[in-house]
Amino acid sequence: MSAAALGVDAGSTTCKAVAVDGAGRVLARRVEPASPRVEEQVERLVAALRAEAGAGPEVPLGATGYGRKRIRAGRTLTEITCHARGAFSLARRPGLLVDVGGQDTKIIRVGPSGEVLDFAMNDKCAAGTGRFLEVILGRLQIPMGEVAAHAAGPAAPVPVSSTCTVFAESEVISLVANGAPLEGIVKGLHRALASRVAALARGASAGGLDVLMSGGVALNGAMVEALREALGRPVAVVPEPQLVGALGAALSVLPGAPAA
Amino acid sequence: MLRRARYELAGRAVSPFLSRLEGWRRRLRPRPGRSGRGGASPFGPPLEAARKLKELMTAHYFQGRFAEGAVPVAWVTSGFPVELLRPLGYHTLYPENHAALCGVRRLVPALSDAAEHEGYARDLCSYARTDLGSLLTGETPAGRLPRPDLLACCTNICQTVLYWYRALAARLGVPLVLVDTPYVYGEAPPHHAAYVRAQLEEAVAVAERVARRRLDPAALRETVRLARDGSRLWGECLETATARPAPWTGFDGFFHIAPIVTLRGTEACNAYYRLLRDELRERVRRGVGGLREERHRLLWDNLPIWFAVREVSSLLAARGFNFVCTSYTNAWAEAGSRVDPDDPLGSVGLAYTHVILNQDLPHRLDTLRRLARSYGVDGAVLHSDRSCKPYSIGQVDLKERLARELGLRVLLLEADHDDPRAWSSEQADTRLTAFMEAFA
Repeated sequence: MSAAALGVDAGSTTCKAVAVDGAGRVLARRVEPASPRVEEQVERLVAALRAEAGAGPEVPLGATGYGRKRIRAGRTLTEITCHARGAFSLARRPGLLVDVGGQDTKIIRVGPSGEVLDFAMNDKCAAGTGRFLEVILGRLQIPMGEVAAHAAGPAAPVPVSSTCTVFAESEVISLVANGAPLEGIVKGLHRALASRVAALARGASAGGLDVLMSGGVALNGAMVEALREALGRPVAVVPEPQLVGALGAALSVLPGAPAA
Repeated sequence: MLRRARYELAGRAVSPFLSRLEGWRRRLRPRPGRSGRGGASPFGPPLEAARKLKELMTAHYFQGRFAEGAVPVAWVTSGFPVELLRPLGYHTLYPENHAALCGVRRLVPALSDAAEHEGYARDLCSYARTDLGSLLTGETPAGRLPRPDLLACCTNICQTVLYWYRALAARLGVPLVLVDTPYVYGEAPPHHAAYVRAQLEEAVAVAERVARRRLDPAALRETVRLARDGSRLWGECLETATARPAPWTGFDGFFHIAPIVTLRGTEACNAYYRLLRDELRERVRRGVGGLREERHRLLWDNLPIWFAVREVSSLLAARGFNFVCTSYTNAWAEAGSRVDPDDPLGSVGLAYTHVILNQDLPHRLDTLRRLARSYGVDGAVLHSDRSCKPYSIGQVDLKERLARELGLRVLLLEADHDDPRAWSSEQADTRLTAFMEAFA
């Protein structure tokens, strides 16, 4: 099956690109840490995808993410619209989408056709985003891939402040220096982040909606669990959660896509 | 005597001079389109009255340079019943309006730094920081501000003004008259009205002493009538935007509000609004819009973001979104409805007690609902203003109610009315663009 559209999500932390078929199924994907030279990186990723998926220059490209304005694309849309479309195409039902990315946390109320009904985002401060975990886990020298294992033990969570990433970092250093168990600190970090996200979700939630999670942070099982606890509701993670924005961008250039 | 003559001359000579200057400028080079790029602009043709507005406000600030020692000078909060001061011959200066001017010119960070250096917290209202910073440094885009003989403060807009004006009084060593307006739940009870009226009488006594004049009841009645009529005329200007397309943008209104704030109760103010109203009505008659193509109509709540008015309005206008009404500009049209020249003190006291910021949340919701319906809007942007807590509190609930009851799309936009350090263009762009994408 050949590709019908390509989508790029040039995010703050990673750059994602996908190729989809006419039904919106992902045929090929690329994920890389974000480069400051957005145009070069996107050009390279898109060329690789076109080659892999057999997509000629006539196959359209949709773009989203922080770097979207610097990408030569057939269509450029915000991350909010793209995440809603991408997640809806995977889940096929309306709900509350929680997207925790590198520096943005988005809470999007998705309507019955995948449209955005309402949204809320963190403002001015990245203490409720993936960056919070990235900075502090980096300080604790715990690789992202091993986080879930560190949070799985029986240790009780150690309370950590979520007000500011920089202050939380120094707080964690003091906790370690005072002999607090690493497992407890890691649990406390997840709990702190989840409480920020849940507070934001309450602002946009009409209540009773299914909660879907996307974004790179959804790959961290401990975070999904902490969010479920904080919201008091089940949280379903969409398949390939990191690619949802790029998928939404690709869907927006498929023939028959909505006008926005 | 000489100073007085110089003051009068400054007030009368500037407008004709500026008008002649503009005439020469126009003859020398043709006026460009509103964006400076001719046909590419999403905005309709500029308002002719805008030139007159510039003249009026320039003349006001220019005359202020010569006010000291010529006439009594009062620094006044936007919500103070200025009707009491005009018949006593005061030249009034509005630090809030001046701070907005500083905001438009992007002077606030430097002025605020000066205030912060003096120990004022960054969490204070950016108008207060700008004003104190301007006082400390002497910096102002108006050239020079006259020092006050009197400070006049009314707490109907917030409590910050109380401490701000006390700080001014301590620094300047001049009398402060304070009018405390109890918060209104529903309708102000008679004992609140009596309490406010008693304070107005005390304020008049102080203002008389400073001005060395007695308040003439006939002149007071006339000023109150002018203020009432001015408020009605401003309301008539705003109402023209119920037409489709609206003949101007809500953001035009943010600039044309200046006379009703700073020159309320003067014939110059009313003459200006008659001119503006007639031009707007003529545009409605000819189908000329504030935007070339008006596709969606929006409501704006709270103060403008003075340093980004152009940025925000251009972003929205490019996609055909127009703010056809704002709760902020509307507030100045409502003030006049309670004013009665035959009961100046009593009615003015009631009018200033019932301003939007001194009333409860159900009143705010009613106002927004009424505006949304009468202007036929499809969405609303609620500016959550870091510097104006009384205006911003309750907006999460207002958002939910407007969405649920009227089916509006509503965006809560975090910013500050005067301090660009609390603003991120990129983040605002993403939120506003996502908001607009949802309308398709």
